[in-house]
Amino acid sequence: MQIPPPFEYERATSIDHAIALLDRLGPEARLVAGGHSLLPMMKLRLARPEHLIDINDLDMAYVRVEGGEIRIGAMTRHRELLESAVAAEHYAIFGEAERVIADPIVRNRGTVGGSLCQADPSEDLSAVMSALGATVVLRSKNGERTVAAREFHLGPYETAVQPGEIVTEIRVPIRNRTGSAYQKVERRAGDWAIAASGVFVSLDAGTISDCGIGLTAVGVEHFCAPAAEDALRGQAPTEANIVAAAQLAADASNPSSDQRGPADYKRHLANELTARALRRAIARAQGGS
Amino acid sequence: MTVTEVPTSAGGNPIGFGRMLRKEDARFLRGQGHYIDDMDMPGMLHGAILRSPVAHAYIKSIDTSAAEAHPKVKAVITGATLETLGLAWVPTLSYDTAAVLATDKVRFQGQEVAFVIAEDKYSARDALELIDVEYEILPPVVDAKKALDPGAPVIRTDKEGKTDNHIFDWEAGDEAKCDAAFAKADVIVSQDMLYPRVHPSPMETCGAVALMDKVTGQLTIWCTSQAPHAHRTIYALVAGLPEQKIRVVTNDIGGGFGNKVGIYSGYVLAIVGSIVTGKPVKWVEDRSEHLMSTAFARDYHMHGEIAATKEGKILGVRVNVLADHGCFNGTAQPTKFPAGFFHIFTGSYDYEAAHCKVTGVYTNKAPGGVAYACSFRITEAVYLVERLVDCLADEMKIDPAQLRLQNLLRAEQFPYTTPTGWEYDSGNYGPTLLEAMRIAGYDELRAEQRGRRERRAAGDTSEPLMGIGLSFFTEGVGAGPRKHMDILGLGMADGAELRVHPTGKAQLRLSCISQGQGHQTTFAQIVAQELGIPPEDVEVIQGDTDNTPFGLGTYGSRSTPVSGGAAAIVARRVRDKARVVAAAALECSPDDLEWKLGRWQVKGDPEKGKTIQEIAMLSHSSLELPDGVEGHLDGTCVYNPPNLTYPFGAYICVTDVDPGTGEVKVRRFIAVDDCGPRINPMIVEGQVHGGLADGVGMALMQVIAFDEEGNNLGGSFMDYLLPTSMECPSWELGETITPSPHHPLGVKGVGESATVGSPPAVVNSVLDAIQVRHADMPLTPAQVWRAMQGNPFRTDLAIT
Repeated sequence: MQIPPPFEYERATSIDHAIALLDRLGPEARLVAGGHSLLPMMKLRLARPEHLIDINDLDMAYVRVEGGEIRIGAMTRHRELLESAVAAEHYAIFGEAERVIADPIVRNRGTVGGSLCQADPSEDLSAVMSALGATVVLRSKNGERTVAAREFHLGPYETAVQPGEIVTEIRVPIRNRTGSAYQKVERRAGDWAIAASGVFVSLDAGTISDCGIGLTAVGVEHFCAPAAEDALRGQAPTEANIVAAAQLAADASNPSSDQRGPADYKRHLANELTARALRRAIARAQGGS
Repeated sequence: MTVTEVPTSAGGNPIGFGRMLRKEDARFLRGQGHYIDDMDMPGMLHGAILRSPVAHAYIKSIDTSAAEAHPKVKAVITGATLETLGLAWVPTLSYDTAAVLATDKVRFQGQEVAFVIAEDKYSARDALELIDVEYEILPPVVDAKKALDPGAPVIRTDKEGKTDNHIFDWEAGDEAKCDAAFAKADVIVSQDMLYPRVHPSPMETCGAVALMDKVTGQLTIWCTSQAPHAHRTIYALVAGLPEQKIRVVTNDIGGGFGNKVGIYSGYVLAIVGSIVTGKPVKWVEDRSEHLMSTAFARDYHMHGEIAATKEGKILGVRVNVLADHGCFNGTAQPTKFPAGFFHIFTGSYDYEAAHCKVTGVYTNKAPGGVAYACSFRITEAVYLVERLVDCLADEMKIDPAQLRLQNLLRAEQFPYTTPTGWEYDSGNYGPTLLEAMRIAGYDELRAEQRGRRERRAAGDTSEPLMGIGLSFFTEGVGAGPRKHMDILGLGMADGAELRVHPTGKAQLRLSCISQGQGHQTTFAQIVAQELGIPPEDVEVIQGDTDNTPFGLGTYGSRSTPVSGGAAAIVARRVRDKARVVAAAALECSPDDLEWKLGRWQVKGDPEKGKTIQEIAMLSHSSLELPDGVEGHLDGTCVYNPPNLTYPFGAYICVTDVDPGTGEVKVRRFIAVDDCGPRINPMIVEGQVHGGLADGVGMALMQVIAFDEEGNNLGGSFMDYLLPTSMECPSWELGETITPSPHHPLGVKGVGESATVGSPPAVVNSVLDAIQVRHADMPLTPAQVWRAMQGNPFRTDLAIT
């Protein structure tokens, strides 16, 4: 087995306690939620936090509707989001993305907030939240603030979370006449995405009134493709418009070659998967499955 | 051999061949297995290995002082320490040498550099970071195709006068005759193909616990060894330790697949550590260490050619291989065969001639090469010929099933001597392929495929592409006849000992060792079949060299062909002895007795007889036995197989390929195996299932690639992918039964058949779907898409 370096362990009993611990223990302390990214990195000795603050006792696991938004607690497990009827009622993208995140063992334990905070450039929910225009709620001893999902990720493994801050909730606006979808290609079940595209499309009187296009693993800034979205807004949901937007999404991507595939293939996938997701989301918005 | 009804024991098990649940599973399923990391002993210390971060570098200095100052560290061992013991370099199984710890330079990323022994495993790992090694980086040899270039960096500068990276040239077959066959051919197809480096990745990594008792001089090594007896002898020869004082014990092993045949640095270091500290020392590697440093498999760059008449009669096949052996030639195979059994590459077909040439080279990669259920490189051989046949079918626009049926060896040709000298013991290939085609519904599948292609040509792109791939393999297992086969001079015959206790319960002692194959069950069933003792009354003892007879271990599907032969013969010897005892008890001549269902009975008077259990008690009793007949009911045997056994099979794989993404879905997989009679069909099917999953993994996702600096790009299970149930269809199995004429039970090995046979079926299927002549494994979505663009990439290098 892989063996981590020494660390100290604290178990937070409340959000305020967690924040106090973060303040007291300083920058070498890390929150541990599901632990499915942090602990492997520690075992590989790639991460060396001096303190772990365990937040698994905190009451932050929920998916509910409030104020015209879906509110997802940061400690909601992937499995809970996958199985949430509330989430599925409004956005098929949640179930479609969660179903292809890692495997059941990871999904039982890994959390929505943890996924966003890990900020892996191939992470699925980052693209989903970016596509949906979600808002991330953060708390510190100074109070609460919100950050748009599209401003939350500053780069690979880098977020807007400040020292002493904890992500408590993710909020997703509920939209009418809207369909969403997630399309991912992986080398094997449970692998990180080679590329993935998640979208929502809202229709109004036969035109696309709003849309969001999120991409992961293809090197787009903030996991989204605004130029492709702009090209679709106000347009008819036609195949030609879908194809044009998908091309813009591919144009926005800047993938790097690695063992999951060469850059040209990933760019092709950005196009292909965006087109597929748009077709499916539009069909759903139009009342199809 | 016909399948006969066998009686059922009180425990509900067949007293002989047949389906029964594995005896070992009750233990395994309750978490009662005993693996190397379960070992704990009073005062046991823990070792950890410092490994090279780079592929090729001089070691300028090693400073261990900070590590030694760690309060819980007991010792730090370096190559310099080992040099004083004469153990820095040790012989490999291929008569090369390998460094236990690097001395002069490191030759692959992950190579062992130092060994820390501490009070606990955490401290041992922490102390590794306190060792300061100064490296002077050298350019590495990463691409095997450049290893022999003039001016290539010389890896084995430790070898006096070595000026290149060449290891060996080896050939088989008749080159001139092969050229003549090609000269008259109407069609010649040639193809470059890579069987990339893969890793067996058993669930349990390698490990050892060593204890040198300085009072008695007894060295005991508990380790993950597929060949405990061979290990004992090698330790004796290499370290100069007295062999009677060495005991190698292998408890449960969590999978081996050939990865655990050799002796690893960690085992030697645990021994040295125990000698140095006087305490038991445990070393268990982690997953990354395992993937980066232990025996890989394959890495064959092949250029194959196949020749045929315009009617589709195959005339000959020839191949040039560049074999990447890594930085030490550490492959485990019979001495005479530096390329293993690769020269069985003519496969299942009838040719006039064949020729192969293999060149082995050093590269800055981990050593190994024969592993992963490969039957000593028959995986590479079968992949080559089964791909070539499909390339020929593609070239000639002949259905690949038809081309195979036309060229398969015919039943009347057996025993058949191949153009490269193998003597196939038995075979009846045509019916096996036809059975696979029947189960698959081959004609209907082709019709479905035609329909899809027509609809796609007409502009309907809603359906995935569909591929149908076949492979027909002939395996050669059960190494082997000792006059032809040895490893480091140790002939490959296996011993067996059988003791029937007074109450009729038996112990069978074997030299081979189960790594999950179910030996406790299969071998008990062999004794049951031959002696009529219920399998639950037969305890199979293996893995402890002090408690079992000598033999070469379990790999190459050899347990049933070799140790199974030994078990059958020793049981028959005991049965013969039981006859004499029964005759004495019944006061008749042994010739008057006949054997029936575990009982010697008087011919013509079946009421009079003695069961084997009764005879067991009589053997140990005061019954007077004839002169020259000793008491007790025991036997021993050494089985030297007269030939390999040659199981075979026909596989068909149906895939759906998404042309927009390159994703492959294995829709169906039909596997018809002929391994002769099946001792326990359930265990056979389980082995086939595992091998098919291996094949899907190799064909679609597995590869250990290296970047240009020699960094291993497959050092974790996030990078090196094993298939899951999601990638595996519900396997559809069939069987035909062609007994081996020379094996005492008519059985053939089967452990590796599916691993050998399935990769080409999957690859042929995907390439059939996308209608591309060839692309190298693994056929990841990226590789499939690139192949469809006419631009497949090198899978053994970093993707750029």
